[in-house]
Amino acid sequence: MRTYVLKRLLLIIPTLLGVASLVFVIMRAIPGDVTLLILGGDQAGRIDPTQIAALRHQLGLDQPLLVQFGHWLWGVLRFDFGTSLWTGQPVLQELWIRLPLSLELALLASLVSVLIAIPLGMLAAVKQDTWVDYLVRVVSIGGLAIPSFWIGILCILLLVIYFGWGPPLEFTPPWVDPWANFQQLVWPVLTVGYRYAAVTTRMTRSSVLEVLREDYIRTAWAKGLRERVVVIRHALKNAMLPVITLIGTEFAFLIGGLVVTETVFTLNGVGRFVVDAVAHRDYPVVQALVFLIAFGFVVINLLVDLTYAWFDPRIRYR
Amino acid sequence: MATNVELSRVPAASADLAPRLSAVEGIAQFVRTKPLGALGALVILVMLGAALLAGTLAPYDPYQPDYAAQFQRPGAEHWFGTDEFGRDVFSRILHGARIALFVGFTASLAGCTLGGLLGVISAYQGGTVDLLLERFMDVLLAFPQLILALAVASILGPAVHNVVIAIAIPIVPRAARVVRATALSVKHNVYVEAVSALGATRRRVVLQHILPNVVAPWIIIVTAQLAGAILAEAALSYLGLGAAEPTPSWGLMLSGSASAYAEKAPWIGLFPGVAISLAVFGFNLLGDSLRDSLDPKLRGR
Repeated sequence: MRTYVLKRLLLIIPTLLGVASLVFVIMRAIPGDVTLLILGGDQAGRIDPTQIAALRHQLGLDQPLLVQFGHWLWGVLRFDFGTSLWTGQPVLQELWIRLPLSLELALLASLVSVLIAIPLGMLAAVKQDTWVDYLVRVVSIGGLAIPSFWIGILCILLLVIYFGWGPPLEFTPPWVDPWANFQQLVWPVLTVGYRYAAVTTRMTRSSVLEVLREDYIRTAWAKGLRERVVVIRHALKNAMLPVITLIGTEFAFLIGGLVVTETVFTLNGVGRFVVDAVAHRDYPVVQALVFLIAFGFVVINLLVDLTYAWFDPRIRYR
Repeated sequence: MATNVELSRVPAASADLAPRLSAVEGIAQFVRTKPLGALGALVILVMLGAALLAGTLAPYDPYQPDYAAQFQRPGAEHWFGTDEFGRDVFSRILHGARIALFVGFTASLAGCTLGGLLGVISAYQGGTVDLLLERFMDVLLAFPQLILALAVASILGPAVHNVVIAIAIPIVPRAARVVRATALSVKHNVYVEAVSALGATRRRVVLQHILPNVVAPWIIIVTAQLAGAILAEAALSYLGLGAAEPTPSWGLMLSGSASAYAEKAPWIGLFPGVAISLAVFGFNLLGDSLRDSLDPKLRGR
């Protein structure tokens, strides 16, 4: 186990270095000049060239690419991502304001999805090819097909039409007013959670199906155990392994869900921060957020792989 | 050597034993054994029809504003109502099918083809090439799909062909990974070794012996990514980074006006969402069934 952990830890260094380089390359591929954008974009002709030169110097854009790349890497190592072009505040500080909301949304949505997905997926597998199975599959494929921003719009349509509700403008943390917080987040949580549940349900179903075909399940049946014992004690436990991996890969879905859901519900979270930064062409923020999200993704996948190896020793020897 | 030749013939021989089905019987069997897949195929056919015939079927011009007909309720005149510019929502949805299908097909085909080629090269070359390509794919995979698409779209700017690129890039590593795994297992088959020993050129080995065997997983990935690509186009357009006004993109139709006029004209936000969901639903159902029938491990389940 120790060599496996060490190997995996060493392997993420080149990946993260690659991520940092790719983000740098993408952000340098921007057509036109960032300085012109900052100084007022379209009336480029009327901007004083000395002003542009001064700003380019200030932003370090007049240095060789390799030096700029070095600066970026050094910044990344110290978690210093510069300041937002839009607000002038440090990127991390801006991020920090928005993180609690997104974290709460993400955690609650995951919780909701697990509570829905595991029982439903198990049920569908046990009742394979019956109407129960078809229903669960249709509902879960629906969760994949229906865009979360549309579910959000539908929620708003219903709430506005029937309750005259409008989305609140300011986020209330749960420790300030739990009820206000609940009212604010319940719809976004269900919106993101349903989509997440769809994926997990499918995975649970196929993984329980796989396990139900194993020899030891046949043995359990042959011993005369009741269905409940066979399914819950023998099948579910082993079927949960692939589902754990899903938590890692689903982080991507979750982020995507946050990006659109926060936009629909006008919640000031990390997801909407990304969209706003892209819309404002706030490149330092886009650069930092894309890097940090990828960083989080890599770390979560690593943790998932390690958990998996911990549970299933065969993996360590591959 | 003789046994090798025998072995490579086995699949062909057993395929001959299976009863040959005519096209009609084949379709009938697919409908019987995969009712959900058939439903998906039906949805896709309807969507294809809508896209191809949008010009003749659409009762109104999808681009032409008509300020005398703003916010018309759905009815005989305008089946799905009109939007804030008085444009017919039904006509815009028909034309939107073209954009959804165009972006879906081109992005997933482009991404899967590039990814597939890289996967085959990676598997066949092995060594340093494989190592470098794999690491690069790892890096690309470190970005959540929508985030990478957002980053690319933010640089390319909003336009339909840029959306195709933004959606295709995140598909590349996913396709490469699957195709590489299949190509690797094919490469180690005895018959590949045999043809190499018989002096076949590398090009011949790759083109005639490895590529045909990775087609099945490639098709599975293309269909799987199609649904995702259509959804991604809708999401990017919704966020204002995909198609630009007045393009009748389904996602774009849901942005802004849909929630702004929620009370006054809820149909603006209703029908495009139904269209997106149905389309993605259809491709998901078909993709699932296709995977079940093409993947021998899942066959007969």
